[in-house]
Amino acid sequence: MTPPKQADRSPIEYWRRNLRYLGMLLAVWFLVSYGAGILFADALNQFRVPGTGFPLGFWFAQQGAIYVFVVLIFVYVVLMNRLDREFEVDEQDEGSE
Amino acid sequence: MTVKVWTFGLVGLTFALYIGIAIWSRARSTAEFYVAGKGVHPVANGMATAADWMSAASFISMAGIISFLGYDGSVYLMGWTGGYVLLALLLAPYLRKFGAFTVPDFVGDRYYSQAARVVAVVCAIFISFTYVAGQMRGVGIVFSRFLEIDITLGVVIGMGIVFFYAVLGGMKGITYTQVAQFCVLIFAYTVPAIFLSMLITGNPIPQLGFGGAEQETGTYLLDRLNGLHQDLGFAAYTGGTKSTIDIFAITAALMVGTAGLPHVIIRFYTVPKVRDARISAGWALVFIALLYTVAPAVAVFARTNLLNTVSNQPYAEMPEWFSKWEDTGLIAFEDHNGDGTIQYVGPAAVTAAGTPIQNELTIDRDIMVLANPEIARLPNWVIALVAAGGLAAALSTAAGLLLVVSTAVSHDLLKRGLRPDITERGELIAARVSAAVAVVVAGYLGINPPGFVAEVVAFAFGLAAASFFPVIILGIFSKRLNREGAIAGMLTGIIFTAAYIIYFKFVNPTANVADNWWFGISPEGIGAVGMAVNFVVALTVSRFTPPPPDHVQELVERIRVPRGSGEAHEISA
Repeated sequence: MTPPKQADRSPIEYWRRNLRYLGMLLAVWFLVSYGAGILFADALNQFRVPGTGFPLGFWFAQQGAIYVFVVLIFVYVVLMNRLDREFEVDEQDEGSE
Repeated sequence: MTVKVWTFGLVGLTFALYIGIAIWSRARSTAEFYVAGKGVHPVANGMATAADWMSAASFISMAGIISFLGYDGSVYLMGWTGGYVLLALLLAPYLRKFGAFTVPDFVGDRYYSQAARVVAVVCAIFISFTYVAGQMRGVGIVFSRFLEIDITLGVVIGMGIVFFYAVLGGMKGITYTQVAQFCVLIFAYTVPAIFLSMLITGNPIPQLGFGGAEQETGTYLLDRLNGLHQDLGFAAYTGGTKSTIDIFAITAALMVGTAGLPHVIIRFYTVPKVRDARISAGWALVFIALLYTVAPAVAVFARTNLLNTVSNQPYAEMPEWFSKWEDTGLIAFEDHNGDGTIQYVGPAAVTAAGTPIQNELTIDRDIMVLANPEIARLPNWVIALVAAGGLAAALSTAAGLLLVVSTAVSHDLLKRGLRPDITERGELIAARVSAAVAVVVAGYLGINPPGFVAEVVAFAFGLAAASFFPVIILGIFSKRLNREGAIAGMLTGIIFTAAYIIYFKFVNPTANVADNWWFGISPEGIGAVGMAVNFVVALTVSRFTPPPPDHVQELVERIRVPRGSGEAHEISA
């Protein structure tokens, strides 16, 4: 896996990409909890999670948001590990015993 | 076998396990005492973090609170899990790269200031003691109700166990004990939930069961509960009564507070690499979510069972658990209309003729999880298991908090403050002595709990949200933020939050109603505003004062990339 030529590999670009990932992930974080679980909960409660008795907003607030939180952290881990390798700032075997 | 025999057996067995682990993993150096030698596997660290985080409040109180609050209880579910996203994305990897031992370490070094370090130490100690008092009370409740032992003796036994493995093992002993405690507590929490879910809905998975249909009637459980609530004059279970802005603010304060709690942050110092810090936050949330997604199901089952058992039933026919909890004073029945029947109703209850009905039953929310298996008539060993799980949750959190107190004293105050020339051996002794003193103080608070424990917990979260979180975030994400900005921000954040809470909780409690709150935000949620105040003040003051010195700006650049974490802690050693 050789990176494309003349790709920007500076610390500034690394940080910019990191911030972009954070922005995307935190937007989802906000939408599922504060959005679906709180601000729009009443509107969503008119619908139900199909096949169950859960009003949709209530489900997001007490179940859905938590599942999405878990997924978000693992997506972040994958994205950042890939980014670290791409910018060659990953930890090889330094620091381990 | 009786519940008591089972409880003695299971509690004794788990205590023996914790002691065994403590002996096997005692700490030999300060690095092992403070951060377990930075050699903990991410999955093990995730479990330990989960046990550390999930306290007596999560295990014993949370489902009970949700079962009384319904939708409004969501603030705890989202608040206490969503904070881990912030922690994983914004704090954990960078703090691990920074490589210190404690939170005040980071604050003191990043803001090149002893004053900032001292403010951080004071906050860390205050937050930790607040919490410990609550844990010890939890231990006392379990002992007095299930083993029928005097609360004082119960707390002393709990103290003895924590003393043994925290003082001996430090972070290393605590970490491996917490892994065991997590297994005990999650097993103890989910087994009764599965039983209940099977009994009520026929679905073995509680997370699905509480959205399912009741076996007896075939209607959806939540619909039935909403119907019961309406009949009895309570607000709809899935609707709630708090205002949207208050729900928003409380959730935000709890999330940010979670991410700012020193005993949680410190756990991410214990893994070998930055990469491990990221993934171990993920594992921690997986293990926490196991309990937090079951809790709302337990809440619904408990509420349904409770209403079915007590509502409009003759007092004389109440089962045995009812009178046992009456003995502890946590259930009280007052027959206002003298008909011998329990009228358990909400504020909106009226008779067919339209006259209000007076509520006759008060139930302490804390007992729901503990009483639940008995209310549902589950086997004796399941009831005993819940007691052992509650103790595991309380002890694991207490140990983590005591460690924060002991490192704050031995490392932040002595080594980095008053006595920089202290030897490694001397520091380790100081750490053990301060851990021992902290255990005794915690035990005293558990036996003589200040009447305001619940209020003070809201305080601890608000304080963590308004003090640590903004300065740590800005310390990583802004190179420009300087000493003056950080101190001004922390102080205004703390003072604003503390003043609001103290006014409504202690000075003028009668004014503590929605009409008097700023923008309708309750004292529980004010930490979110305090955090915003901290951010604004810190950034503004920094604009008008000199930028941080070059070596600090370089430090910030260094903690932003993972490479080089192996030697990172040398900066502060």
